[in-house]
Amino acid sequence: MKFFGFAAGIAATLTLLSTTSAFAVTQISWWHAMTGANAEVVAKISKDFNASQSDYELVPVFKGTYPETLNAGIAAFRAGQAPDILQVFDVGTGVMMAAEGAIKPVADVMTGAGMTFDKSQYLPGIVGYYSKPDGTMLSFPYNSSSPILYYNKDIFQKAGLDANNPPKTWNEVWEAAKKIKTSGAASCGYTSTWLTWIHLENFAAWNDVPWATQQNGLAGGDVELKINAPIFVNHFKALADLAKDGTFKYGGRTSEAKQIFLAGECGIFTESSGGLGDIVKSGMNYGIGQLPYDSDAKGAPQNTTPGGASLWVFGNKSDEEYKGVAAFFAYLSKTDVQEYLHQKSGYLPVTLAAYEATKKSGFYDKNPGRETPILQMTGKSPTDNSKGVRLPNLPQVRDIQNEELEKMLAGQQTAQQALDNAVARGNAAIKEALDN
Amino acid sequence: MGNAWIAREISLSARIVFPNKILPYLLVAPQLAITLVFFYWPAGQALYQSMLRQDPFGLKSRFVWFANFRKVLADPAYLNSIKVTVVFSLATAIVAMVVALLLAVMAEKAVRGKGLYRTLLIWPYAVAPAIAGMLWLFLFNPSIGSLAYLLRSLGIAWDPLLNGTHAMILLVSAAAWKQISYNFLFFVAGLQAVPKTLIEAAAMDGAGETKRFWTIVFPLLAPTTFFLLVVNTVYALFDTFGIVHAVTGGGPGKTTETLVYKVYNDGFVNLILGDSAAQSVILMAIVIALTAIQFRYVERKVHYG
Amino acid sequence: MIGQSPLRTFIAHAVLILGILIVAFPIYYTFVASTHTLQTILKPPLPLLPGDQLLNNYSEALFGGIGRIGGVSVGRLLFNTTIMALGVAVGKIFISILSAYAIVFFRFPLRMAFFWLIFITLMLPVEVRILPTYKVMVDLGMIDTYAGLIIPLIASATATLLFRQFFMTIPGELVEAARVDGAGPWRFFFDILVPLSRTNIAALFVILFIYGWTQYLWPLLVTNSNDMNTIVIALRKMVSFADADTQWHLVMVTAMLAIVPPILVVVLMQRWFVRGLVESEK
Repeated sequence: MKFFGFAAGIAATLTLLSTTSAFAVTQISWWHAMTGANAEVVAKISKDFNASQSDYELVPVFKGTYPETLNAGIAAFRAGQAPDILQVFDVGTGVMMAAEGAIKPVADVMTGAGMTFDKSQYLPGIVGYYSKPDGTMLSFPYNSSSPILYYNKDIFQKAGLDANNPPKTWNEVWEAAKKIKTSGAASCGYTSTWLTWIHLENFAAWNDVPWATQQNGLAGGDVELKINAPIFVNHFKALADLAKDGTFKYGGRTSEAKQIFLAGECGIFTESSGGLGDIVKSGMNYGIGQLPYDSDAKGAPQNTTPGGASLWVFGNKSDEEYKGVAAFFAYLSKTDVQEYLHQKSGYLPVTLAAYEATKKSGFYDKNPGRETPILQMTGKSPTDNSKGVRLPNLPQVRDIQNEELEKMLAGQQTAQQALDNAVARGNAAIKEALDN
Repeated sequence: MGNAWIAREISLSARIVFPNKILPYLLVAPQLAITLVFFYWPAGQALYQSMLRQDPFGLKSRFVWFANFRKVLADPAYLNSIKVTVVFSLATAIVAMVVALLLAVMAEKAVRGKGLYRTLLIWPYAVAPAIAGMLWLFLFNPSIGSLAYLLRSLGIAWDPLLNGTHAMILLVSAAAWKQISYNFLFFVAGLQAVPKTLIEAAAMDGAGETKRFWTIVFPLLAPTTFFLLVVNTVYALFDTFGIVHAVTGGGPGKTTETLVYKVYNDGFVNLILGDSAAQSVILMAIVIALTAIQFRYVERKVHYG
Repeated sequence: MIGQSPLRTFIAHAVLILGILIVAFPIYYTFVASTHTLQTILKPPLPLLPGDQLLNNYSEALFGGIGRIGGVSVGRLLFNTTIMALGVAVGKIFISILSAYAIVFFRFPLRMAFFWLIFITLMLPVEVRILPTYKVMVDLGMIDTYAGLIIPLIASATATLLFRQFFMTIPGELVEAARVDGAGPWRFFFDILVPLSRTNIAALFVILFIYGWTQYLWPLLVTNSNDMNTIVIALRKMVSFADADTQWHLVMVTAMLAIVPPILVVVLMQRWFVRGLVESEK
C-alpha cells in the first residue's frame, strides 16, 4: 500500500511538473553535431538564451557526426518527429535545399515572427552560400570556416627560409617544400587536409576559375564539372610529382593530416581556419598565411568559400515554435554573442558588427591568424566562380574525386587521367541524382 | 574411440523430447514477437524501399520495380566490392580464429599464470567499436597514430593511405584484432570441456602431442569451431562497417570498400536510399543463403547426424 | 596430468606474452594517454610510460570536465549505460534460452519454420535498416525510453544459436532419466538445463553486457534527451577530429571510464565461467 501511495505521489508530481512547464514555456529543440570545445559553446549559448527570456526553452541535443545528425533529422522528419532546428554541414546544403516541402526558409521564419531581417548586416560571402538564387536566405549560418596556410617557423629557420614570410603562391609552396626536404629540416615539405575542399573547390574560387557550370551549381541543377581544365591539371601534376619522393605527404581524405603537421613531420600545411585551436594548444612555433593561389591565374586571389554548417528550420511547426526559433536566431545575431562564438570557437563571425567589434577589441592583434580567413572571404565581392559549390550529391562527388586523386598519388594514373575520370564519373553521378 | 561414442550420444539426444502441445509455443513467443516487430517489419519496409526511387525526405517517390537492383548489379563498383568483401571476410575469419585457437591452446598448456593470461587476453573485447575507432586513429592510423609514426621514423615504406594491399592488411588486422578475444573465450571453454581422461588414454597409447591435438582435441572442438565460423563470417561480412569507416573509409580508391560499408555510405552519407535499400536486400539474401548452407552442409559434418 | 618439456612450456609462455602485447596494448596505451598533459598528447609520438597527470586529469574529468561537455553528470551517463547493458544481457539470455529449449527439446508443428524465422536474423547491422526501425520506435512511443534502447537490440539469433549448439550436446539419458523420475519440462529446465548452462550463460552475459555497453548509433538515434545519453555518446561528443580543439586528456579519462566497467564484468564473470566449467567436469 505504502509503495502505491509513494508511486502515485511521484506520478502526480511529475504530471504537475510537466503541465506547469507546458503552460509557461515552449520548447525549441536543436539537434547539433558540435563536439569538443564547440559542444561547450552550444551548451553555454543555449543556457544564456534560456536565461535571457522566459517564453522559450532551447534544448540542444547532440546527434553525432554531421552525417549522423543529418540522418537523424531525416529519419525524424519521416516519422513525423522532426526537431525545430537541425544543424546541417555545408555539403548537405544541396540536399536540404531540394527538400522544399520539408523546411521553412529562415527569412520566412524571421519575418513571420514579426522581426525585421536585414541581410546586409551579415557577411556576404557566408550568407550568399546559404541563400537561394533569388537571394532568399534559407538557413542560418552557425559555424563557418575557410582554408588557410599554416607553417612551422622552426622548420623554416632550419631550412634557411624566411620564417616571417610564408609562401604566397603554389609555386612558392612547392619551392619551399623542396627546400625543407632537401635541407633535411623535416622529412616532408608540405601536407594538406581535405584535398577536395581545399585543392578543388577553394582552389577554383580563389583563382576565379569555374569548378563547374551553372555558377558551380548555385544557379541550377544541370551541372557539369570543369575540374579537368589545364590550370587544375598543372596544379595536381605538380602535387603528384612532389608526392613521388615524399616532399608532399598525403594524410587522408579529411582532417587527419593535421597530426602530421603537429608532429613536426611537415613544414607547411593547408587546413581549415577552425583547426587553429589544436595547433595553438600544442605549443608549436607556428605562423599563418593566406591560402596560396596560382600565379598563372588572372583574377587571383579572388575570395575563398566557407565550409562548416548552418541551422535549418523544419516546416509544419506551430507559430509559437517559429517565434521561439526567430527569437533564438535574433539572439544569435547579437554582437556580443557572435563575438563570443567567434573568439571562443574559432569559427567566423556571421555579422559585420561582430567582426568590427572584435577588431576594435584588439583580438586580432593578439591572434592575427583569426582574421586571415575573414580577409580572404571578404577581400573582393564574389564572382560566379567564388560563391561556393552546390550539388544535391556533393558527398558522393567528393568521394569520386578522392578516389581518383588517391590513384594518382599512388602513381597509378596521371593528373590528367585522374581529373578526366573524376569529371566523367562525377557528371554521371550528378545526372543520376537529378533523375531521382 | 571417444569420437564415435560422443557423436552417437549427440544424435540420440536430439530425438528424446518432451511431449507438450502448448508450452513450446509459449517458449518461442517472446523471441518470435521481438524478431517480428524489430526485424521482419523493418526488413519488409527495406524491401519495399528497394523498389522505390525517392529523395531523402520521402517527399517525392516513384515505384520502379527492380530498376534499383539492375542498376546496383550492373555497377562495376558493386562487383568490385563483392570481390573486396570475399577477400576481407575470409582473411578476417581465418586470422581471428587461428590466432585465438593458438592462444587458447597455449593458455591451456601454460600451467602457471594461466588465469592471468586468460584475463589479459579477453580485455580488448570490452572496447566499444566507437572507441576502438578512436583508439585506432590514435595508434595505428597512418597519419595520426603513434605506431605509424614509429614505422615511418624507422624508414619503413608502409603506406596504407595510397597502397591498396597495405590498406587491406591493416583492415584485416583491425577487424581480426577485435574478434580474437571473443573466439579465445569460446575456444578456452571448448578446450576445458575436452575430457582429460581421453587425452591421457591417447598419451598412454603413445600418441604425441601434435597427434593428440589433431585426432582428439580438434574434432571435439568441432561444435565450438562451427559456431565461431558462423559468428566470425557474419561478423566480418556485416558488422565491420564501423571498422572500415574508422580505418580506411573504403580507400584508397575503392580497394577496401566492402558490401556493408557501401550500403552505409550510399544510404547514410550519400543518401541514395533506393540503391542502398536494394543493396541491403541483397545482403539479407546473402545472410539467408549462407545460414542455410552452413546448417545443411557444414553442421552435418560436425556430428549432429 | 601429462608432463611436458620445459621448452614447450617456454614457447607457450612466449606466444601468450606476444599475444597479450598485441591484443591488450591499445588499452594500456589509452591508460598511458590519460595520465599525460594535453600538450604531450597533441605532440605525437606519445610516450610508452604513464605520465604524472593521473590525479589531475581524473579529478578534472570526474568533477566537472565530462559534465560540462556532455551536459549530463558522469553518474547519470554510467547509470544509463549500466541499465542498457544489463537489460540487453538479461533480456537476450532470457528469450534465447527459452526459444532454444523449445526448439531442441520439443517437437511441434511449425518448429522448423520458427527455427528459420529466428536464425535468419543472425545479424543485420542496425545501420542497414535504421530508417524503418526508427519509424517503428516512434509508432510504438519508445523514443527516450529504456525499453527503446534495449528491446530492438535483443532481436538477433546469436545467443539462441549458442544455446541450441549446447543443448544438442546434452546426453539423451538425462532427458530420459528426468522423464522416468516424473519431472515435467519446467523442472527439467530449472533443475538440470539451467545449472548445466551456467558457463554458457556466464559467457553470454559477458558478451551481451559488453555489446549493450558499447552501443553508439542506436542510443544516439532513439534518445532525444541528454538525460538518456550513454557514456559512449558523451565520449564521442568530446572528440573532435575536425574544427574544434579537443580536450584529449579528458577524452582519455572518459575512454577509461567507458572501458573499465565492462573489463570488470569480463574479469569477474570469467571466474564464474571457469568455475562452472571445472565443476561440470566432475
